[in-house]
Amino acid sequence: MSRLEDLKARIKEALPGLECVIGWQKGYDPLHNTPLFMRSEADVDKLEWGALNVHNPAVYLPSFRGKKIGIVVKGCDSRSVVELLQEKLIDRDGVVIFGMPCDGVVDLSKIKAKLADAGLTAGKVEAVAADGKTVSVTAAGKVEAVAADGKTVSVTAAGKAVTMPFADVAADKCLHCQFPNAVLADAYVGDPIAPAPASPAGNADMAALDAMSVPERMAFWRYHMDRCIRCYACRNACPMCVCRDHCIAQSREPHWLSQEDSVTEKLMFQVVHAMHLAGRCTECGECQRACPMDIPVLALKKHLNSTIHDLFDYQAGVDPVAIPPLLQFKVEEDNIKERGW
Amino acid sequence: MAAVKFIASEKLPEWIKALAGTRRVLVPVEEGGGVVFRPYDPARKPVFGSDATAPPKAAVFPASQELFSYAYGKDAEDPGKTTLALTPKVEAEPTVVFGAKPCGARGFLIFDPVYVGKKFPDPYYIAAREATAFVTMACAAVENTCFCHWVGSGPADTAGSDVLLTPVAGGYLAEAVSDKGAALLEGPYFADGAAKVQEAEDVKAASRAALGEAPDIADAPAALLAAFDDMDFWRDQSDKCISCGACTYLCPTCYCFSITDEGVGNTGRRLRSWDACMHFQFTLEASGHNPRPTKAHRLKNRVGHKFSYYPTLHEGLIACCGCGRCVKSCPVSVDIREIVQNAVARAKG
Repeated sequence: MSRLEDLKARIKEALPGLECVIGWQKGYDPLHNTPLFMRSEADVDKLEWGALNVHNPAVYLPSFRGKKIGIVVKGCDSRSVVELLQEKLIDRDGVVIFGMPCDGVVDLSKIKAKLADAGLTAGKVEAVAADGKTVSVTAAGKVEAVAADGKTVSVTAAGKAVTMPFADVAADKCLHCQFPNAVLADAYVGDPIAPAPASPAGNADMAALDAMSVPERMAFWRYHMDRCIRCYACRNACPMCVCRDHCIAQSREPHWLSQEDSVTEKLMFQVVHAMHLAGRCTECGECQRACPMDIPVLALKKHLNSTIHDLFDYQAGVDPVAIPPLLQFKVEEDNIKERGW
Repeated sequence: MAAVKFIASEKLPEWIKALAGTRRVLVPVEEGGGVVFRPYDPARKPVFGSDATAPPKAAVFPASQELFSYAYGKDAEDPGKTTLALTPKVEAEPTVVFGAKPCGARGFLIFDPVYVGKKFPDPYYIAAREATAFVTMACAAVENTCFCHWVGSGPADTAGSDVLLTPVAGGYLAEAVSDKGAALLEGPYFADGAAKVQEAEDVKAASRAALGEAPDIADAPAALLAAFDDMDFWRDQSDKCISCGACTYLCPTCYCFSITDEGVGNTGRRLRSWDACMHFQFTLEASGHNPRPTKAHRLKNRVGHKFSYYPTLHEGLIACCGCGRCVKSCPVSVDIREIVQNAVARAKG
């Protein structure tokens, strides 16, 4: 039995006692998988596992509080589940965690760019194959030949396969992933795999920003935030954004943000979002992946996380009983020498 | 007889530049990882091949616009009395939206019955609509998310456009669709297009053929109404939705807005800004009651409005142009086509 079949069997076994189990299935085209909510055995048969499971299903957990549900996780997703448990936003006995070792997921924006380089469009992907080392995408380019006789039209569009090394199109977080196995699981299928070696590749975005002067960095953010449409996909895809329907971005009282379509307002929201996530964010990258305008908003959270790491030697979503540093108070912090100043 | 002209690819920038001399010209350009409409800048190369990430909706219906400014004051004669001065701001800059796909322009056909109605004509919208012309570009290639042929449109739909350009060898065939469009096809950039007409027709036919057959969704209005109270059905359709506004804000036909006063002290501005029916606040009432409290209620409304309630009110016009942005840009790939088909299948039993 393959690992995936084994996982499906475990889910089917548990399903009768659960509201549903969240995982992934194939989406509208070969390049897109989509979240799957399994309520029947037939649903479980649709479950997919692999490099296209880009979404973090932990985002749905708080909305099921009070019910018992299952969730299939990649290592990174499991950290969000753990962080939700740490913050008591979900209950341990309300969630059954299914895990498998993860070889990494793709970044669809990187694939889109690769296809564009080859003169193809990500909008017309016909097939995708990934073997853990390379990703091969077949996409139609331009229509190559047309013949029309007034009654019928015959179209010839040859599919062309582009093969990309996985490392070139993997999500940044996967390039230096330290948690390829679930950090917490009730049912784990397969043998845990070794973490990725430390690599600067996954933090190239931070290196580029750190190398900028402050005015350059401000210009960078103003340029990118200008195309923000304020859809709040970044917020709603974030498993730790739990204010949900009561977000300050839309409240009139308090009135932190206006409805003016300005870069200042848009950037202000991103700063608020990042500050609220300091020491809570597991860098799953959903904010950036969800952005329909491809704005690199994860960098703001990464920066604050690195500060939290330096100050508190802390990583979010690893230990279910740890209290996040900004959710507690210590008279004397180890790395903040207030009295020594 | 409408004007049919040919413009060579190398003449296109000259034409755009000439248009930009007397009016705002918005063209699709790359910005970061997205393609957005921005005022023409000769230094930035427009992107005409694929559809823009965001449609040209803001050209006529800005994401946020000032309706009027206000100032409270004291009556000099009677200091107990408060005065209020309102200064309306109806502005419409002459604009050409250049290089949108036909679906992007068609979106405004869905706006029109709402904003240009006899009962409540909207002066802001009408001024901008009249000041704006659309030079669209027929699609030479289609994407997996395209479904314009489902909603009575197609890759070379002229409805909503003023000029339709079709890519042919060496340039574009330019067809005037309206008088406004004919007036734009003037200048030394054009040659007679008669000889290119057949080639352009072939390109259009090929794109249309590439879309394949559309499913029969004639029963969708009734099917969606029939599913109205079936909340298990809507739970299943909306399970993965994360309630963000990407689908609505990127939709060429979504026309809902919110009104807020942004004031400081005694003065301020009343703004109209895009609203999104996927957000909890959309129907939140002052009492605290919300008739659409869950994402299942909200997604039901979005699909129902586009494929049932609106067409029923407006002579069968589907409030969707089939551009597919809601599918393509959805963080979790919610597919409105699938939901409509599921509703139709549910009604058939």
